[in-house]
Amino acid sequence: MDMNGRAVEAREISKTFGDRRVVDQLSFEVRRGEIFGLIGPNGAGKTTTIRMMMDIVKPDSGELHVLGRTLDDEIKDAIGYLPEERGLYRKAGVLESAVFLATLKGMDAKQAKGRALDLLKRVNLQAHVAKKVEELSRGMSQILQFVVTVIHRPRLVILDEPFANLDPINTELMKQIIYELKEEGTAIILSTHRMDDVEELCDRVLMINRGQRVLYGSLSEIKSRFPGNSVIVECQGPLSSLSGVVDTRQHGKGIELTLDGKTQPCDILTQLVERHVNVTRFEIGVPSLQEIFVQVVKNGP
Amino acid sequence: MDRKTILILKREFLQTVRRKSFILMTLAFPMLAFVGLGVYQLVNGTTSGPSEVETISIGYVDQSGDFDRYAEQPGVSLARYGTEDEAKQALLQGKVQDYVVIPADYLSTGTISRYSLKQEMEAPARVTFALRNFLLDNLLDGQTEEMRQRAKNPMTVVSVRLNQAGEVAVNQGGFGAFILPYLFAILLIMSIFSSSGFLLQGLSEEKQNRVIEILLSSVSPRQLLTGKVLGLGAAGLLQILVWLATIAAATPIASAAIARFLGPIEFSFSLFGLGLLYFILGYLFFAMIMAGVGAISSTTQEGQQLSTIFTLLAIVPFWFAPFIIENPSHAITRILTFVPFTAPITVMTRLGLTQVPAWEIVVSALVLFGAFLATLLVASRVLRAFLLMYGKRPDLKQVIKVIRCA
Repeated sequence: MDMNGRAVEAREISKTFGDRRVVDQLSFEVRRGEIFGLIGPNGAGKTTTIRMMMDIVKPDSGELHVLGRTLDDEIKDAIGYLPEERGLYRKAGVLESAVFLATLKGMDAKQAKGRALDLLKRVNLQAHVAKKVEELSRGMSQILQFVVTVIHRPRLVILDEPFANLDPINTELMKQIIYELKEEGTAIILSTHRMDDVEELCDRVLMINRGQRVLYGSLSEIKSRFPGNSVIVECQGPLSSLSGVVDTRQHGKGIELTLDGKTQPCDILTQLVERHVNVTRFEIGVPSLQEIFVQVVKNGP
Repeated sequence: MDRKTILILKREFLQTVRRKSFILMTLAFPMLAFVGLGVYQLVNGTTSGPSEVETISIGYVDQSGDFDRYAEQPGVSLARYGTEDEAKQALLQGKVQDYVVIPADYLSTGTISRYSLKQEMEAPARVTFALRNFLLDNLLDGQTEEMRQRAKNPMTVVSVRLNQAGEVAVNQGGFGAFILPYLFAILLIMSIFSSSGFLLQGLSEEKQNRVIEILLSSVSPRQLLTGKVLGLGAAGLLQILVWLATIAAATPIASAAIARFLGPIEFSFSLFGLGLLYFILGYLFFAMIMAGVGAISSTTQEGQQLSTIFTLLAIVPFWFAPFIIENPSHAITRILTFVPFTAPITVMTRLGLTQVPAWEIVVSALVLFGAFLATLLVASRVLRAFLLMYGKRPDLKQVIKVIRCA
């Protein structure tokens, strides 16, 4: 971790495979104790960016510092990585797998065993300690994979689609552990296509498309750049034939009115007041991250 | 060697020596060798005792009139009958096992007729051997016993190899000298391919089940490859040592057993040393190839199919074994000595057949070591480029590009 609390600092990193530039002049930083969302459509360059942070793939150009250092083999011990493509030795035992992978991260075997047993208990896998990995259900193997990711108390945790295949209870349990890691000052990078998870968990977000940065900043900053073109109204009385409204749809107890480009929310409010409609709720619609994502991928930032 | 490499090495070694297939393969050879020798001793002991051999009776009708003596041959007693009918009756009554008729024109035709109640492919060797000796004894009647014995067994060739000084050479060659190096060659290639095969299987399995990404998030491709190659190499070395120890222990017994037919089996420590050297070099070379194949294969099956090409190349000397055995110093045989794929088998085979010049062994070993270094470079590049490419196998063009550009 550098003096300014930056876990990752990337400056204009690029990577080309063959004729294809997968990551293009990408700059971002991940801070200590924050959950950082790394999002983008399939093939955007997320996995390559992660692999560069893990020193599995070297950037062709640019500067990349992880935990205040240029990349080397030792830095890997301070990182926990849950890849999207899960992988454990299927024939090996649950505890054996966890201990072996922890020792590869620099822990001694005895220490690793103690910590593995604690974590397996925490995630309710203590009854499966003696089993082989292939005997676990898909969800259980994923939880075990998560245990392996955090067993060595990494200072940077990279999670690629961590909640895929998990039931709601295990999803909540994993989120709880992620919050605890954040509290301890661990930097967490969360790469996922589930935008609701990003909205719920992440402090800041980097969105890449075709290898380039298209969105970057805190969620509120990003949302403020995409002002809503809708209002949500709860009222008694008819809402028909309001000028400037191009679409209406039910939104909870109220109705969401989509406005045309020229109409402002206050124009709608004025019309409602003039019609003496009894308005109990009037809210400016904020686009969801999902909507921003779709808009950015389709039309650009 | 760093800690992570040792961890990988240890895991690979333990995983391999615990595999059922490895244990079976390692112990199968000693067990077969000792069981084979035991059975041989047992059979040899029971058939050589004269009291245990039952004498069989064979009738004969001599129409030529020249065969009336030497009716008692070892293990066979010949009973003379005046007519074919008498002989046939004796056969039907079970007095004789079969009978032969020596016709009047035997001396000009050399043909005799044999009659038996049994259905058989051909006359038993024991019967024909006894008949042959009976005929020869009678034909040479009047000659000394020594002359008759010599006519039956005219020569035993004893070859003596001289060295350049005209003295009797230490290594006398022959089957006894050939068998061990040839056996070494077979065991060597078996061990090389089982160890490097485990490497291929391990890497392609790790790639297929995606463990590779987890491993590479903890260790570098270099640490992974070094640990795996050394761990599996240590397991292969253990296997080879078990086999060599078996050979060392079994040689005196086997030598005593077969020496009278084929000459003594010669076991030497230089052969032992060269066996180890070629195992290590051969293994390292093939291990790198298998690592490269494992890296570009998307499934275990695909890896095994690709590796067959290299296995076939390595066993070329076995295809040409008759040629190599006949011509151990021929230019083609010598070329095979210097080709990394074929060097281990060719050198070990030649050692039992001829005096391989020291420089040829040195050059062959150096070429093999050089080939290992070259494949190490290529394998590392291929590993880094393709180990994390899932789902499809890179084409040859891509692989060549990586080897050139990385």
